[in-house]
Amino acid sequence: MLSKKICTALFLTSSLLAPLANAEIKIGVVSSSTGPIALVGIPQKNTVALLPKSVAGEKVTYISLDDGSDPTATVKAFKKLIDEEKVDAIIGPSGSGNAMGVIQFAAESGTPMLAPVGTAAVVLPMTEQKKWVFKTTQNDDLIASALVDQMKSSGVKTIGLFGTADPFGENWSKVMKELTKKAGIKIVANEYFQRQDTSVTGQSLKILIANPDAVLIAAPGSSSVMPQTTLKEQGYGGQIYQTHGAALDPFLRLGGKAVEGTILAASLMLVLDEVPDSPSKAIATKYVADYKNLYGKTPATFGGNVFDAGLLLKNAIPSALKAGKPGTPEFRAALRSALEHTKEMPATQGVYNLTPADHSGFDERGRELITVKNGKWTLLK
Amino acid sequence: MNFQIATLLGQDGLTNGAIYALLALSILLVFTVTRILLIPLGEFVTFGALTMAAIQMGKAPVLEWLLLLLTTIDCSLDIYQQARTRIDKTKLQKTALKLGYALLMVGLMHYLNLAETPMFFQAVLTLCLIVPLGPIMYRLFFQPLADAPALVLLIVSIATHVAMVGVGLLLFGPEGARTQPFSDSGFRLGNVMLKSQTLWIILVSIVLIVSLFIAFERTLYGKALRATAVNRMGARLQGISPVFAGKATFALAAFLGAASGILIAPITTLYYDSGFIISLKGFVGAIIGGLISYPIAAIGAVAVGMIEAFSMFWASNYKEIIVFTLIIPFLIWRSMNSQHVEDEE
Repeated sequence: MLSKKICTALFLTSSLLAPLANAEIKIGVVSSSTGPIALVGIPQKNTVALLPKSVAGEKVTYISLDDGSDPTATVKAFKKLIDEEKVDAIIGPSGSGNAMGVIQFAAESGTPMLAPVGTAAVVLPMTEQKKWVFKTTQNDDLIASALVDQMKSSGVKTIGLFGTADPFGENWSKVMKELTKKAGIKIVANEYFQRQDTSVTGQSLKILIANPDAVLIAAPGSSSVMPQTTLKEQGYGGQIYQTHGAALDPFLRLGGKAVEGTILAASLMLVLDEVPDSPSKAIATKYVADYKNLYGKTPATFGGNVFDAGLLLKNAIPSALKAGKPGTPEFRAALRSALEHTKEMPATQGVYNLTPADHSGFDERGRELITVKNGKWTLLK
Repeated sequence: MNFQIATLLGQDGLTNGAIYALLALSILLVFTVTRILLIPLGEFVTFGALTMAAIQMGKAPVLEWLLLLLTTIDCSLDIYQQARTRIDKTKLQKTALKLGYALLMVGLMHYLNLAETPMFFQAVLTLCLIVPLGPIMYRLFFQPLADAPALVLLIVSIATHVAMVGVGLLLFGPEGARTQPFSDSGFRLGNVMLKSQTLWIILVSIVLIVSLFIAFERTLYGKALRATAVNRMGARLQGISPVFAGKATFALAAFLGAASGILIAPITTLYYDSGFIISLKGFVGAIIGGLISYPIAAIGAVAVGMIEAFSMFWASNYKEIIVFTLIIPFLIWRSMNSQHVEDEE
């Protein structure tokens, strides 16, 4: 008898508490902490612990899911977060392909999605659905234009492109074709390889035969190393450029002497000690220190992209709270338009200026030209 | 395309082909003796390479804990089984010995100054860590259902592969690794630069293949394995234990896999999940050999390496497609030329 009463009492209290529990802000995080792009996903998942815990007096909870780098699993994770958890916004996923597949679900349910992915295709060209997507990484063309400017000023006339046969490499080759045409640089070789290839001798020989003044390698993570070591082994003497995909410490460790003198453009997180003081530097320094405290190693820039998503939300939530309670469609819609009007907000990757047309919002403060000197990242001077 | 390019590509194809040949032989060996298509073979390759890389960086590769864990499970199963029947002293000794070995490896990994040891010793340590995983794997995952249909074995094999990739990510992390070359020297042949690592790979592969051949032709254990491959039931009636045959082939496969990993680690970046695609190419070689002929499988595997190298030059986008499409004409040719015997007793 007694237990029945207790049960009823518990049931009643819990049903009373339920709406209260809903009042807190819920953010879903989807990252690929296993599978082929785990390299990107793991620092992102780790960063969740560093995201703001409360904003404007409201508690923020994060629900972190892993999609195993599988686009189908990403869709499932998104549906779960939207339908069951009723989240107010989603940070993620880690992969470009994964992100493209879930845009329609975010848009249909009216949930803002902050994607820390590389490809600009998630926010460009802007459509009715992509209005719900925000991108916390530098667009490829922003990084590429810095590299092309550098090539032009150092007198490079011909380049070879050496990219991965995935969205990352393909998009870079597209962007470079447009930018080099304007700059009067000719692309004389365009070769592709797979991340897991055990050898790239053939592609590298083909580039050597074309003999370009410089080679740009566009590959994410440690896969950017092998093309460069192979080129050097075969005696290529020109300048080698890398993208922000290579901006990881394993690149230096794996490449050793072969990557000395490489030029790349990436966020200031790599060369924190050398850049002049700025609000971004302060935020990035603190983020790196906190991450190091928690996990004992410095985060890859991919983690910074998720951290920035958290800061963007923190910035937008106070004004969205005026429009409605968390958990309601009004709140989510207000959150979206508040995000869209983010002005001059410094974060780890640079300064965000979002507009209805530009949902990435970086300018040249979001990139630095970096070179490898004595086995260390240094600012290119 | 001139002579110099052709030799460079040929050298590359031969290097990869030698590795694929080793893997094709392991796949073939395991398949004929146990009817298991060894999908997790690639993981032995990556585990070998990544363990070697960890040792060279002077940190314990964490793999020793996996070895200890699996050995403990294995030993407790042994003891459980014996408690149900009767206590056998020699068997207990064997169990204790296995556990002692795993503990010794853990000790070695943590008290030795790993980065300072000579490279040969590092390779031996790596092999000592990985080879026992083969028999343990057979004992834990395959021995309980050794008589199951080949399809069930294949499914278990795939499951083991998926689990091992996950374990690899956990142990080694998502970043790739490469190791120092055996020696830095290279020498010129005409105007072509030959890398010494290439010669090492080809040389070691040939030595391994020849010693395998001698072992199977001349030694009693080798003949026992061959007998099992020819007729499982017949071999069993002659007193060859199927459990022994299974464990021995798995140990050999783990050894060949890890050795391949150590050999190619200096020339390429390997990730925790690169093993599958490498062993798949060995598998194409094994298919060319009809999953029955060792020499044809080895030649087929070298051909795969060559075709890969040259298609990399002419059509880098379609390299994998070209290599894996190779399998189709061979399957057609094979199925037309041989009468099919259903091997399900």
